[in-house]
Amino acid sequence: MNLIKLLELAGKALMRNKTRAFLTMLGIIIGVGAVITMVSIGEGSKQSIRSQLSGMGSNMIMIRPFSTSTVGGGARLGTTGLQTLRLEDVKSIEEQAKFITDVSPSVSTNAQAIYGPDNWPTQMQGVAPSYLNIREWKLSSGMPFTDDDVTTSSKVCLLGQTVIDNIFTPGENPIGKVIRFGKIPFTVIGVLEKKGENTFGQDQDDIILAPYSTVQKRILAIVYIQNIFASAIDENSSDTATKELTAILRVNHKLKPNDDNDFTIRTQVELINTISSTSQLLTVLLTAIAGISLLVGGIGIMNIMYVSVTERTKEIGLRMAIGARGRDILLQFLVEAILISITGGIIGVVLGVTAAKLVTLFLGWPTLVSQSSIILSFAVCAITGVFFGYYPAQSASRLDPIEALRYE
Amino acid sequence: MAKRILDIIDLKRSFTVGSETVHALKGVSFTVDAGEFVTIMGSSGSGKTTMLNILGCLDKPTDGQYLLDGVDVKGLSRDELAKLRNRKIGFVFQSYNLLARTSALENVELPLLYNNDVPAEERKEKAIKALESVGLGDRLDHVPNQLSGGQQQRVAIARALVNEPVMILADEATGNLDSRTSYGIMALFQELNTKGKTIVFVTHEPDIATFSSRTITLKDGRIVKDVKNENVRSAKEVLAAMPVDKDE
Repeated sequence: MNLIKLLELAGKALMRNKTRAFLTMLGIIIGVGAVITMVSIGEGSKQSIRSQLSGMGSNMIMIRPFSTSTVGGGARLGTTGLQTLRLEDVKSIEEQAKFITDVSPSVSTNAQAIYGPDNWPTQMQGVAPSYLNIREWKLSSGMPFTDDDVTTSSKVCLLGQTVIDNIFTPGENPIGKVIRFGKIPFTVIGVLEKKGENTFGQDQDDIILAPYSTVQKRILAIVYIQNIFASAIDENSSDTATKELTAILRVNHKLKPNDDNDFTIRTQVELINTISSTSQLLTVLLTAIAGISLLVGGIGIMNIMYVSVTERTKEIGLRMAIGARGRDILLQFLVEAILISITGGIIGVVLGVTAAKLVTLFLGWPTLVSQSSIILSFAVCAITGVFFGYYPAQSASRLDPIEALRYE
Repeated sequence: MAKRILDIIDLKRSFTVGSETVHALKGVSFTVDAGEFVTIMGSSGSGKTTMLNILGCLDKPTDGQYLLDGVDVKGLSRDELAKLRNRKIGFVFQSYNLLARTSALENVELPLLYNNDVPAEERKEKAIKALESVGLGDRLDHVPNQLSGGQQQRVAIARALVNEPVMILADEATGNLDSRTSYGIMALFQELNTKGKTIVFVTHEPDIATFSSRTITLKDGRIVKDVKNENVRSAKEVLAAMPVDKDE
């Protein structure tokens, strides 16, 4: 007996008991609908956190000095006092690293930014021109500084929006104006696009960017650098890039194989994963609850299939008498169970997708209906059908034709 | 010489009920050739039903031999028995056993579904032919509860014929019908028999046996009588001679 015929037979059998078939399906419909809606809510929140974080430059890698060595009575040194990162490290990375697209040194200092009668305490970060690429930061007006500005340690700067709001009068164009940072005058050549608060509530726009050489020589009078920022060629190569950077820096710092690293490398991906794992947990919980309702739906199918087998004992006896093998009977009932669960699954998918859309529409929660959740819940449905349909179908196939025929 | 359809040698069947063994058949031997119309008679408890189950390959003998169209039934698996039932036997039951809410045509197609030798395209054609041969060519789409008892039994007979079996096995096929309709069904069986079908008819009504060419009588698990019927009545003539019921 071929599959089409089996499906036709099963379809007819179900149509004879429409209400019952629908009620049996309802368990599956609710189960699948719940799985899809729940997963889409979970995925949606994960996606929104992820996109917020990528706004910070998702390929970004940050290198900070780190030391296990101690001074005096065993007190460990903090990071700011460490002078292990050098410009040579940046050069080596530029020359040797294959998985890094951009690299920039970073030094920063705090002081008052002053323009006319107004002043504002802020941070000046000295970086290379490539820093803007690393942070995926654009200018809303003006021009970025160049490698020439770095070479000549020019007193030029890019202002963050918060700084502008605090020291310029509204509507005034800051480009070309000279502000003072501490005691040193800087010419404003560009305005940074507003980035807003980061995930931790820090204002990312409260900053002034300047060439690193200017900050190093004219303000701090140091030769070392505080941090190195770099970006991996893509999000997936963060790990490879981290390994590569570690190797380069260890050679540069002449570390012996047994020595600990005198720096730490942080990637944005790690951060994303940490935060995502929270919402991942939420997704798993929601899915588990939805999964239970799918299980209950499956038991409903099993129950109805047993009723159906008992009810149709005589039919089974007849089919056997005219030549149906146990296998044919088994398949017939199995296909019926699978048809119930798959039809329920299809309705459930439609319902779940609609519910997810409604959640976004009325509650404003981000939802994301992923293809995998549809495929997965569909597969679970089919498996539920097979699993819970198998035992009733098997008991049907093992009936004794003589007794089945005489069954009233 | 006609082909041998049934060859039964010293057939025994016993059941264990609790600690007791009941011998339903205590050594039965007979043969049936192609083209015969045999009735198996017997009162209840005579082993008639057991005989029927074994003849229908639904049950296997405890001892003895049963050859159906040259195939030894003993030692066949459940699946092989199912195939044998499908190809070689056409069942007709007392209570018709048609699938409810299923058209006559689909009911008749049923045995073909389990026969892989018949391609799907030929099923419908064969089923229509079988229904036409029992005089129901105009009722193809009727479901059982739109048909009278006699018509339902005709559908069941068409279903038995559709796979061209070597033997039609009827179990009290007229038991649920009034005498007029019974004669109509018997006339149909006789007509099929003259066309060469081998028919084995299990019944307890002596009246029905008079339409067959041979009667085997069972009693207490043994054959007590096996006689050729010299004077076969024609069901068609009996039917024609019956006074027409005024209520109809």
